[in-house]
Amino acid sequence: MSPLQVCLLFSSALFCIGLVGALSRSNAILVLLGIELMLNAANLNFIAFWRYSPAPAVGTGVLFVIFSIAVAAAEAAVGLALVIAIYRHQKNIRLQEANRLKG
Amino acid sequence: MNAALAFIAVLTLASAAVAMALRNLIHSALLLIASWFGLAAFYLWAGAEFVAFAQVLVYVGAISMVVLFAVLLTRRSRQDLAVEPASLGRALSALLVGATVAVVLARAIFATPLAVAPTATPTISVRQLGAQLMGPHAAALLVVGVILTVALLGAVVLAATDRADSKENAP
Repeated sequence: MSPLQVCLLFSSALFCIGLVGALSRSNAILVLLGIELMLNAANLNFIAFWRYSPAPAVGTGVLFVIFSIAVAAAEAAVGLALVIAIYRHQKNIRLQEANRLKG
Repeated sequence: MNAALAFIAVLTLASAAVAMALRNLIHSALLLIASWFGLAAFYLWAGAEFVAFAQVLVYVGAISMVVLFAVLLTRRSRQDLAVEPASLGRALSALLVGATVAVVLARAIFATPLAVAPTATPTISVRQLGAQLMGPHAAALLVVGVILTVALLGAVVLAATDRADSKENAP
């Protein structure tokens, strides 16, 4: 097993942990954290492929991860603002009860 | 070299898995901070120092604080931090989906002929990164700036507006 495969298996495991968390929990904040874990697994893949690429001097993987971290920060801010808006509306953040579009 | 990678991987995966399984939200958030630290250690191991420090600044510094604020703002009482466990059917189906995805990904990884070229850790200096960001990727940098501005303004608007017809404002 090559080191690149080890890195890819690591990131797949992280992705699956985030997926299970996002699917199984009913708390909106935990679902968001699971999505963040999946995004981090994707970043890990970029860095792993850059580390073992034939031409690492170009730095495309690193640039991708920088932009991805910036977008993830924006996504976390908007997601948690949405959680707070849901909490104002229905006084809890259980996703099963957030089933009204207008009320 | 590989022992360090295995140590980082086990630490990161264990803290992420325990964080997703715990019932206390604060404990989950703190364990996820440990997991993000593990990812930063992986980036350092892989030679991407700038990304590692960006990960520490953005995730360990900023996103963790936003998550903790959201946890504390959305509880009703001091005892409200524990979330009820997911129902057995949901947990089992989520585990089934996760295991299926894991098996599919692992089979794809082992079936793909991956060309592994260098063994030495590559380095990329901040000067090179800056030249890339300001040269060929300047447009993307501007777009990211616009996205961050719009997203943070939107977050403030979403979290701060009171509805005009809510009960508090009614006469």
